[in-house]
Amino acid sequence: MDNSVVINLKEIKKIYDMGGAEEVQALRGVSVEIHKNEYVAIMGPSGSGKSTLMNIIGCLDTPSSGLYEFNGVNVSEMNDNQLAKVRNKEIGFVFQTFNLLARSDALHNVELPLIYAGVTSGERKRLAREALNHVGLGDRVHHKPNELSGGQRQRVAVARALVNRPSILLADEPTGNLDSKTGDEIMILFEELHHQGNTIILVTHEEYIAEHAHRIIRVRDGMVETDERVDKRKTVTTV
Amino acid sequence: MSQAVETILHEIRESLMMALVSLKTNKLRSVLTLLGIAVGVFSIIGVMTGMAVLINSIESGMSQLGANTFQVQRMPNFQTGNPQERAKLRNRKYIKYEQALKVKENSTFAAAVGIEAWTFGKTAVGSDGKKSNPDIQIAGEDIEGFVTNNWTIGEGRLFTQDELNSGRNVAVLGKQIIDKLFPRTDPIGQTIRVDGHEYQVIGTIEPKGGMLGGNQDNFITVPLTSFFNIYGKERDVHLMVQSSSRESFDDCIEQVRGIMRTARQVNPGDEDDFYIFSNDSMIEQFNDFTKYLRLGIMLVSAIALLAAGVGIMNIMLVSVTERTREIGIRKAIGAKKTNILSQFILEAIVISELGGMVGILLGIVVGNILAIMLEVPAVIPWDWVAIGFGSCSLIGITFGVYPAWKASNLDPIESLRYE
Repeated sequence: MDNSVVINLKEIKKIYDMGGAEEVQALRGVSVEIHKNEYVAIMGPSGSGKSTLMNIIGCLDTPSSGLYEFNGVNVSEMNDNQLAKVRNKEIGFVFQTFNLLARSDALHNVELPLIYAGVTSGERKRLAREALNHVGLGDRVHHKPNELSGGQRQRVAVARALVNRPSILLADEPTGNLDSKTGDEIMILFEELHHQGNTIILVTHEEYIAEHAHRIIRVRDGMVETDERVDKRKTVTTV
Repeated sequence: MSQAVETILHEIRESLMMALVSLKTNKLRSVLTLLGIAVGVFSIIGVMTGMAVLINSIESGMSQLGANTFQVQRMPNFQTGNPQERAKLRNRKYIKYEQALKVKENSTFAAAVGIEAWTFGKTAVGSDGKKSNPDIQIAGEDIEGFVTNNWTIGEGRLFTQDELNSGRNVAVLGKQIIDKLFPRTDPIGQTIRVDGHEYQVIGTIEPKGGMLGGNQDNFITVPLTSFFNIYGKERDVHLMVQSSSRESFDDCIEQVRGIMRTARQVNPGDEDDFYIFSNDSMIEQFNDFTKYLRLGIMLVSAIALLAAGVGIMNIMLVSVTERTREIGIRKAIGAKKTNILSQFILEAIVISELGGMVGILLGIVVGNILAIMLEVPAVIPWDWVAIGFGSCSLIGITFGVYPAWKASNLDPIESLRYE
């Protein structure tokens, strides 16, 4: 199996200038390699730099220093437009609060990344339907977010994240706003997506969720505390 | 190249769709905002349509003069409020009969030259004692005057050259006088009295109706010589000149102008001390007369549009703040700055264009109510429609740029956290 390096972080530092002489070092030199089709959990308490790391991995932010290569391309010095393109084509975001457009139906929400990718309308509709089918929402395409349950909303978000066939799926506390039963459903979905060859990065502070991953990276005080394989993975196949 | 164009068109179409969706979701707000634009555009389009209708009405009124006909008279039809200008006009000398005769003799481009003199506010009494209101006009005419006035004899006949030469007291009456004095009897052969003088009625003139709702049928024509005998010869006369063809019309005007200047001894370089009244000059005068009105309306509209533009900017800023999170989501999944920028600018343009459309439609409808009243064909001032749409786009862009720029520069991380 191809296990080329997708994400290569070397000595990543992020310093926030709080005005005056005050500085906050959110990341103090993080080096991580993530390979294709890995299932990685990034864990850490709040204030650990976990979110900053996620933003940098997600190309929403750029590091103050260090090297970030995405599929072998240096993205640490890209400009806004180049980063937008990487986010659009290579990264699928899943957020804790779903972040769907409230006034648009499921189909339009899933179409959105394709719009910015410049895909034609007919092709867009086809791909978006396909993605919704994939997450089991083929019969909900014209429902708006407020007509869907929390679990269904998160599935729409997953469909949106996957529709452009990104290199990684970056999920930030994907079950944080769900009850444990629907949370488990989403984790099953992730499991399936991983089996289908997707690379998944899960950001969470819940041990219980992180245990689904192959590998857990623990972050504390802006540094990688531990980076270990999970031997006895927790798998959920039935609910 | 063609693919780049396609991409741009694609992006515009997508931005437009998104803009329309977001306008639809905020219906009341959008309607209130576009109302401001609609009012501004309405006022200018309404007035300009009305003006176009009036010009139309003047043109159709002028056609009653007869084809290819113009008038030479002492005063312009409209006078400006400038007192110096008025004093200068008042000092103009009468156009004398002899000067008019010079035109008649020398204008080679003219097919007919009518000389006429008018007096107003007369009362006519019929042979059986019926009286008209004291508001009738008496026209001393020569025979060509009937051609240039485009008058058609209804009953009876026109006076002859002999009657004209000898100054016989015969009269050809307008329809309204006939209705008043001889409602049931045949007017031909009857006599009427005006200012103590008796005239024999020999004919009637077919009615033409009035221009701008006025009345052209309330008059009596008599031979010019008879008119001079009774009311005096030292008076102001009008010339009506019909050119021999459409093509020679302008030449004819210039020739008559030259003859008149010579006859009236106008020094070269001085302006004419008479006024040539034609279709074109009438419209020119009308435009001149209404210039300040139009300027005023344009100014008022511009101010209204400016205020409406500020309204659009305000609403767009609110919209950007409200949709911070949406902007964050869009950016996270790959929207570039330009995508966000064009979406919000197009939204502003769509609001103002919709407002403009409403204003233009209302303006054309209201302006054309005048056309219905004046019984002339409806008018659509296409140039002003285009200007209206153009200025709406301009306003949308001008006042949409800042909010859109603000939206496009939001930090995606901050925006995603925005509650």
